[in-house]
Amino acid sequence: MRDISIIPLGAHPRDVLLIELKHGIERVLPVECTIHEIPLDIETAFDSSRRQYHSTLILAHLLQQTDLTAGRLLGITPFDLFVPVLTFVFGQAQVNNRTAVFSTFRLHNEFYGLPQSQEILAMRTLKEAVHELGHTYGLRHCQGRPCVMNSSTYVEDIDLKPPDFCLPCRTHLQSVL
Amino acid sequence: MSAFNPSEITIMIVDDEPSVRESLAAWFEDDGYVILTAQNAAEALQHMQNHTVDIILLDIKMPGMDGLALQDRIREFNTEVIIIIITAFATVDTAVRALKAGAFDYTTKPVDPDELSHLVRNAVEKIRLQRENRALRDSIDQLQFVDDIIGESAEMQKVLEMVRNVAPTDSSALILGESGTGKELIARAIHMNSRRRYFPLIPVNCGAIPESLLESELFGHEKGAFTGAQYRRKGKFEMSQGGTIFLDEIGTLSLKSQVDLLRVLEDREFHRIGGERTVKVDFRLICATNVNLEDEVKAGRFREDLYYRINVFTITIPPLRERRPDIPLLARYFVERHATAMTKVEPEISTEAMDVLLTHDWPGNVRELENALERAVVINKGDVIKPEDLPVQVGRETAGPRSSSLAEVEKDHIRHMLSDNNWNISRTAEQLGIDRVTLYNKIEKYGLKRPA
Ligand SMILES: [Zn+2]
Ligand SMILES: [Zn+2]
Repeated sequence: MRDISIIPLGAHPRDVLLIELKHGIERVLPVECTIHEIPLDIETAFDSSRRQYHSTLILAHLLQQTDLTAGRLLGITPFDLFVPVLTFVFGQAQVNNRTAVFSTFRLHNEFYGLPQSQEILAMRTLKEAVHELGHTYGLRHCQGRPCVMNSSTYVEDIDLKPPDFCLPCRTHLQSVL
Repeated sequence: MSAFNPSEITIMIVDDEPSVRESLAAWFEDDGYVILTAQNAAEALQHMQNHTVDIILLDIKMPGMDGLALQDRIREFNTEVIIIIITAFATVDTAVRALKAGAFDYTTKPVDPDELSHLVRNAVEKIRLQRENRALRDSIDQLQFVDDIIGESAEMQKVLEMVRNVAPTDSSALILGESGTGKELIARAIHMNSRRRYFPLIPVNCGAIPESLLESELFGHEKGAFTGAQYRRKGKFEMSQGGTIFLDEIGTLSLKSQVDLLRVLEDREFHRIGGERTVKVDFRLICATNVNLEDEVKAGRFREDLYYRINVFTITIPPLRERRPDIPLLARYFVERHATAMTKVEPEISTEAMDVLLTHDWPGNVRELENALERAVVINKGDVIKPEDLPVQVGRETAGPRSSSLAEVEKDHIRHMLSDNNWNISRTAEQLGIDRVTLYNKIEKYGLKRPA
C-alpha cells in the first residue's frame, strides 16, 4: 500500500528528473518510492493516425506486468497521451486502484514556446505524479481551495496549484495510508 | 445558496462506441459527477425513466434512432435536461438543426479537455441557477469557503462583512493590505461567494512577472508570434473566462501595461499577441496592492482613469499587529494544520511562547506567523511549544525598550533575518512570509547592504 514504483516508459532519460520526482513524492506522501526499469512494450498503445499513445491501454499493460505485484505503479513517459474522445490527456489513473500513468510531453516550457526550465518541468512533473497517485488513493478532483487535486486541463492550471494536498484531501489520505 | 457538489449532478453519456463511453465516464468521474452510460437511444430513454438526468452528452451518429431524433424524443417529455452534442463530423447543417431543436451546445470529436470542461461547467452553472430559482433564497448571507480566514476581532469581522456585501455584486474590488495579510484569501472568498464560483479564479502576481513577459502572460500569444512561440498559448484573461482574475501587486504595473489593462477593462475583449482574432472575455476583476495608489497617481506613476476603474469597492485588511486578539486563534489553527500535515501529535503552545507571539510586531503578518509556527511544530521536542522553539528573531526587538519606531523594528528584523540566512534572498523572503520583490524593495528602502 505504501510502496510506489516509478516506471519510465519509452525512451525516458534516467536522469535527475526521475530522482527528483522520487524525492518529491516522498516529501508529499508517506510512501517509499523506487525507480524500476522494467522492459514494457507500449507500442501496441500507439495510435498511428493520432501519433499519440492511448493511456488506458498503457494502464492495462502496467497491470499485466508480473515483476511488481504489490504497491502502486506509476508510469512516466515522454510521449503524448490520449483517450479516444479527447485531444490529449496529461495523465490517467485508476481511481482506488494500482496504476497511473502520465506524460511529460506537454509539461515542457518549450512546448509552449517559452524558454526551457528544468525547475518548472520538475515542479509540473511532481504535481502531475502526485495528482494521479491521489486518484489511485481514491481522491476525486478537489475544488474551492488550493490543492494538488484541482483538475488541470491546461498547463497553466498545473502551475497555479500547489504540489501538496489541502487539509480535507490530506485527511482522506491519512485514513487510507 | 448551497455549496456546489458534483455528486449532485448526473451526466448521461450516449454513444455507441464503448471506448468513448468508458473514457468520458472515467474523465467525469474524476470530477465526482454521477455518471450513466447508454449505447443506444433505447437505453438512454430507459435511464431517463429511472433517474433524474441533468446533462446528456449525445453522439449524433448511432445505429437505430440517431442522436438528433433522440433529442427530439426527449424534448417531448423533458424540457429541462441539458443536451450537449458531441459528434465526429459536425456539419453546419446538423449543428444548426441540433441547436434549433434545443441543444445547449455542440462540439466535435476529439474534443479539447479544456473545451469539454468549459461546456460542462457552463451547463452546471445553468442547472445551479435553475435550482436556485426553485429554492428559497433564505441563506444568502451565509458565507461559504471562508474557513481559512481566521479572526474574531472586530477588524476581521468588518472585513468579512465587506466580503459578504461585495461578493454577489460582480463589481471590481480593490484589496489593500501589507504583505502577508492574506489578500489572496480575501479575493478567493469574494470569488467563491459570487455567481462565478464554478469558473476559475486566476491569480496573477504582477510584481513577480518580468515586464517583457507580462503581455504574453496576460493576453497569450499565437503560434509564431515571436521567436520560439511554436504553440498557441492562453493568457490569464482568457483562462479567467466566466470567472475572476486577481491581479496582485497592481501598483507594480508599468504605464504601458496599465494602458493595456485599461483597454481590456473597457472593451472586455483583446487580441492574443500576433493574433488577428478578437477574443471576448467575461471576467470579474479583483486587484490588490500594498502601496498607496493615490500617492502613485499623484506622482504620475499610476493612471488616474485606471485607478477609478479598479477602485469601485475597497477592502482594507488590517496588519496582524492591529488585530492582536486574533493571534491565539490563528496560532492554534496553524499548529493544528501543520501538525496534521506532518502527522505529528498536535503540540500545545506554552503561555510564555504565546506571550512572545502576542507581543511580536509581525512585519510579515499572518504569513510570517504561520512560517514561525510551522517551524516550531517541526523542531519542538515533546508536546509543548516553548519560546526557544520560535525563530530567535521573534521577540528580539520586543525585549528592548519599546521606543523604536515600527520602521526601525522592521529594518532591524530584516537585517537579522538576512544575516541569519547568509543573505539568501529567497529563503529570507520565505521565512519573513513576504515575496522576493517585496523583500528587495525593503532592502532598498532601508539601504541594507550585504557585508563584504
Ligand atoms: Zn485528475
Ligand atoms: Zn483537496
